[in-house]
Amino acid sequence: MDKILFLISAFLLVWGLRLQSDPASASKGNKFAAVGMLIAIFSASIMPLENSSGNYIWILTPIVFSAVIGYIIAKKIQMTSMPQMVSIFNGLGGLSAVLLSYAEINKWILSPESYPGFVLVVLIVSLFIGSVAFTGSLLAFAKLDGYRWSEKLTLPFQHIINLILLFSIAFSSYLFIDSSGGYSFLYIMISISLIYGIFFVAPIGGADMPVVISLLNSFTGITAALTGVIFDNKVMLLGGILVGAAGTILTVLMCQAMNRSLLNVLVGGFSSSGSSSKSDEQGDIREISDSDFAVQLFYSQKVIIVPGYGLAVAQAQKLCKEIQEVLESNDVEVKYAIHPVAGRMPGHMNVLLAEADVDYSKLIELDEANENFKTTDVAVIIGANDVVNPDAIDDTSSPLYGMPILKVWESTSSVVLKRSMSAGYAGVQNPLFFKENNKMYFGDAKDSLQRLSTELKNL
Amino acid sequence: MGDLLNFLSQNEVLIYLLLFTVLLGFEVISKVPSVLHTPLMSGANAISGIVILGAIILIRTTDPQDFFTLILASIALFIGSINVFGGFFVTNRMLEMFNKKKNK
Repeated sequence: MDKILFLISAFLLVWGLRLQSDPASASKGNKFAAVGMLIAIFSASIMPLENSSGNYIWILTPIVFSAVIGYIIAKKIQMTSMPQMVSIFNGLGGLSAVLLSYAEINKWILSPESYPGFVLVVLIVSLFIGSVAFTGSLLAFAKLDGYRWSEKLTLPFQHIINLILLFSIAFSSYLFIDSSGGYSFLYIMISISLIYGIFFVAPIGGADMPVVISLLNSFTGITAALTGVIFDNKVMLLGGILVGAAGTILTVLMCQAMNRSLLNVLVGGFSSSGSSSKSDEQGDIREISDSDFAVQLFYSQKVIIVPGYGLAVAQAQKLCKEIQEVLESNDVEVKYAIHPVAGRMPGHMNVLLAEADVDYSKLIELDEANENFKTTDVAVIIGANDVVNPDAIDDTSSPLYGMPILKVWESTSSVVLKRSMSAGYAGVQNPLFFKENNKMYFGDAKDSLQRLSTELKNL
Repeated sequence: MGDLLNFLSQNEVLIYLLLFTVLLGFEVISKVPSVLHTPLMSGANAISGIVILGAIILIRTTDPQDFFTLILASIALFIGSINVFGGFFVTNRMLEMFNKKKNK
C-alpha cells in the first residue's frame, strides 16, 4: 500500500514540475506537486516500520501548526519580497535537514552496529551542506532585504580563509568519524560549517543573490536526497535530486543571462574587477519636466516600458499599469520589455506585473524587444540600469561587456527614471544617460510615476 | 575500497535511480521558460522540504521515552513543513496570477 502511494507521489512530483514549463499549465503543475507531497507525507506516516512506536502526537502537532503558519506567511507576503521569502524558506529547509541529521547521528552513536558503515559519512556530509544552506540563506535574506551590515562581512583574504575553513571542516569530520563518538569534534564541525555558510555568501554582491539562493536551493535538495539515502526512502531521494537539478540549472541559466561564470559570481564578481573603466568620460545629461514627459508619452504611438529592480523596490508596478491604461485609452501601444535578470530574481518582473494585472501578451522578451525598439517612440526605463548599458556592446573593457542587453537607445527617444546619477550594481557609469536622445527623470520610481500619472490625467 | 565496492553492488538499484533522476531533473527543468523561473524556484524549494519524510520516519521509530530525539525531530518536522506548506501556497498564489491573465 505505502509503496504504491510513494510511487504515485513520485510520479506527481515529476509530472507537476514538468507542467510548470508552460504558464497555462503551471498552476496545475504546482497543485500536482503539492498533492504528491501530501501523499508522500501520508504514506510516510502509515508505512509499516520495524519497532514503530507511534508517537503520532509528535508528528501531527508540528504539521498542523506549520501548515497554518505557512499558509499565513504565503497569504501575507508582498510579491516584491518573494526572493527574501524563498531564501528564508530555503534556510528553514536546510536547518530542518541539519536537525534531522544530528538526531540521526545521536541514534547512531547509541547503536552503530545496526547501521551500514557508510551512513555516518552521508550524515556528516548532509550536516555540512545543510548548515551551509541554512546560514548562507539567512545572510542572503539579509542582503536582499537591504541590511547594511550584511554587505560588510568580508574579511581580508576571504577566499583563503574560506579554504582553511573547508579544510578544518573536513579534518574535524575525519576526527569525529575516526574516534566514533568524540562529540566535541562533531560540534566543532557543525559550528565551522555554519560559519562557512556565512563566509560563502558574504563576498557575493546583493544583486547576485538570486544566483546564490538558487545554488543554496540545490544544496538543500542534495541534503534531502542524502537524507533519503539514510532513511532508504526513494521519494526523498527523487524529490531531493529534482530540486538539486532544478537549482543547478537555474543557477547556470542566470549566470548565462549575465554573461558571467559561476566562479566569477561566487568570488564576488564586479566589486573586484571593474570599478575603474571609462566612467570619467561623461557629458551633459538632460532632465525632462513632468509635463513634457507626459505630453511626449501621450502623443506617442508606441511606448516600451523597461522595468527593473528600482520598480520592484518602490513597489510601483500598479502605478505602472495605471499609466499603461491611460496611454492605451489614447491609442498608444504599450509593451513591457523584460530582461532575463531584471528585478531580483529571473521572472520576478513577470510575477510583479502579473500581480498588477498587466496582460501577459504585453510582456516581450529580450530578442523581441530589441527588434521592437527601432519602431518605438519612447522607451521608458524604470529603475533599470545595467541591463540597458550600451557599454555591454561597445566597450570591451567594461565589466558588462558581452552581457545581452536591451538596446533602448534605438528608439526615437528614451527616458530613464532613476533616483540619482549613481552607478548601477556593476559599479559602472551608463553612457546611455548622456546620449542625445535620452532624458532623465529623477525621483523614487513610485513618486515619479505618481507625478507622471497625475500629469497624464490632466491632459 | 572493498567497502565501497560492496556498497555499490548492494545499492545497484539505488545508484541507477540516482543517475536517471539527475537526468530527468535536468531534462524537466531546462524546458521551463525564464518567465516562470521565480515560481519554479519557490516550487522547487517547497519540494526540497521533502526531508520531513525523514523526520516522520524518525519520530515513528523513536522510543517514546527518548524525548531528546522526539523534540529535535519534531522541530525539524515543524520547520521543514513551514517550508513545504508556505512554499506550495505561495507558488500557487503566484501562478494563479498568471492564470487570471490567460482566462480574460
